[in-house]
Amino acid sequence: MTLDVDIAHRQGAFSLETRFSSVGRLTALFGPSGSGKTSLINIIAGLARPERGRIVVDGRVLVDTERKIFVPRHRRRVGLVFQDARLFPHMSVLGNLRYGRFFTPQSQRYASEEAVVELLGIGHLLGRRPSGLSGGERQRVAIGRALLASPQLLLMDEPLASLDEARKAEILPYIERLRDEMRIPIVYVSHSVAEVARLASEVVVLSAGRVAAHGPAAAIMQRLDLLPVEERGEGGSVIEAIVSRHDDTFDMTVLASGAGNIRVPRLDAPPGAPVRLRIRARDVIIATERPLGLSALNILPGRIASINAGEGGSMEVRIDCNGTAILSRITRQSLEMLGLSPGREVFGVIKTISFDRANMATGLRGEVDA
Amino acid sequence: MSWLTVLTPDEWNAVRLSVKVATVAMLASLPAGIATALLLARGRFWGRELLNGLVHLPLVLPPVVTGYLLLLAFGRQGPAGSFLAEHFGIVFSFRWTGAALACAIMGFPLMVRAIRLSIEAVDRKLEQAAGTLGANSVWVFVTVTLPLILPGIIAGMILSFAKAMGEFGATITFVSNIPGETQTLPSAIYTFTQVPGGDAGALRLTLISITISMTALLLSEAMARRVGQRLGAA
Repeated sequence: MTLDVDIAHRQGAFSLETRFSSVGRLTALFGPSGSGKTSLINIIAGLARPERGRIVVDGRVLVDTERKIFVPRHRRRVGLVFQDARLFPHMSVLGNLRYGRFFTPQSQRYASEEAVVELLGIGHLLGRRPSGLSGGERQRVAIGRALLASPQLLLMDEPLASLDEARKAEILPYIERLRDEMRIPIVYVSHSVAEVARLASEVVVLSAGRVAAHGPAAAIMQRLDLLPVEERGEGGSVIEAIVSRHDDTFDMTVLASGAGNIRVPRLDAPPGAPVRLRIRARDVIIATERPLGLSALNILPGRIASINAGEGGSMEVRIDCNGTAILSRITRQSLEMLGLSPGREVFGVIKTISFDRANMATGLRGEVDA
Repeated sequence: MSWLTVLTPDEWNAVRLSVKVATVAMLASLPAGIATALLLARGRFWGRELLNGLVHLPLVLPPVVTGYLLLLAFGRQGPAGSFLAEHFGIVFSFRWTGAALACAIMGFPLMVRAIRLSIEAVDRKLEQAAGTLGANSVWVFVTVTLPLILPGIIAGMILSFAKAMGEFGATITFVSNIPGETQTLPSAIYTFTQVPGGDAGALRLTLISITISMTALLLSEAMARRVGQRLGAA
């Protein structure tokens, strides 16, 4: 699918002027709050009318102010999952799920109720009322409701933002399954590096209503300067790996990546399964010689590709490990102490324990470098 | 105690007529009540405040004035009255239909107010959500807005009914006090108090009046509670 957006819109003092074209399976709209993400989503969904511009989904023009085209929201076939779920309180879960289906012509329905209910694991909730659901359950039902309207594009507006960490961890796998198993393009709004690195194939970074950057997830996540200040610690390299084997003795999993083998806490995935890893830049130690007497298990040899000044006296060092870039954030003192410069052979050292559920994900093979 | 339980035919007539008038007044004004409440709650048009004032006028005017205005407009010689009689054969003056019209008008502000408040309480985000799921504005109203404002509609209907059961001034001014045609409970009670020895009849009808009003009130409470539970709110 292709999504073309080129719009200009003003809301009070805030102006949104956004232009991008996306082809990814899951495109993340990423940026701090107030950057215009939700306004943009509302415009794509037809909840707001842009002052000027064009929105085209797979050749279907939804908005073109020049040609005076404005497809009303109920005919857009663009699903929207709201941050606050917005389930209908007067209907059961099943009633909510079937709502959009009712308005979709038979010939255009592609989502089957059983498949969606199974995918989201909400079979046991069907007879319940929305008021009796937990936040995570509500959000899953909201996703199911949007899917069953058989949309051509699914928009998700910070669907996890109002949930606590445990609930987020509960829903993320369902969104991954949705991305991998349903043939529907998704635009996912988030301000969380963890979510974007885990889910996105493509990232559009918004800042004060403008597109600050746009590209594959792996490339954007390395640009720490693009990340919101409070999320910078979460930035780093996103790399693809494959489960090579499980180490039963120490309860670990060995992943094969372009940068070499990486040991992580045990993953529940069969050998050969693709895994996406986010290696936080602050978790990577640089050694000029292969270290001895060190507890860290992952020692990746490489060559310094570039060094840039980072935020607050820190330095961002990009290490090229066999063609895979690993980003490390160290102090300027360390940099000078070790005398690091581009071209130097070094070792990137990463603790196994620094990997957890928030920065490892299965699925979405091969799209990271696309 | 038999004087309390046995009603004369005239008294029965008054009871039946009152219930009929109140029911018709309530049902007939409901569509207009919902439409007006929607206009006032959601509409952005010139003269909205004027409409609001007009709707509330019967609440603040002396009922006699409202009745007299109705007589001027809907009486045999009145512009609206003669038009309706000529073209549709609908006659209001000195008929029970006139009593229903008077009651409907008197209860209208109460009905509109209750419905309007419930419309203003509806989370419009739910309506947006329904729109993105493919529902056009009519479907959104029928499937989302209407069920959500049901408690308000019920409250409005009960208020209108209760007002109609008690309406006296506008009715008696507009359609007089004709036994069997326009003599509702309050008019009948009033008549009893005007004749010697009418105390027993007045008391009987008073008790009946209390019973009907109380039943309506309890019924509405019960219905509102059921709807409220269904909505999962309060």
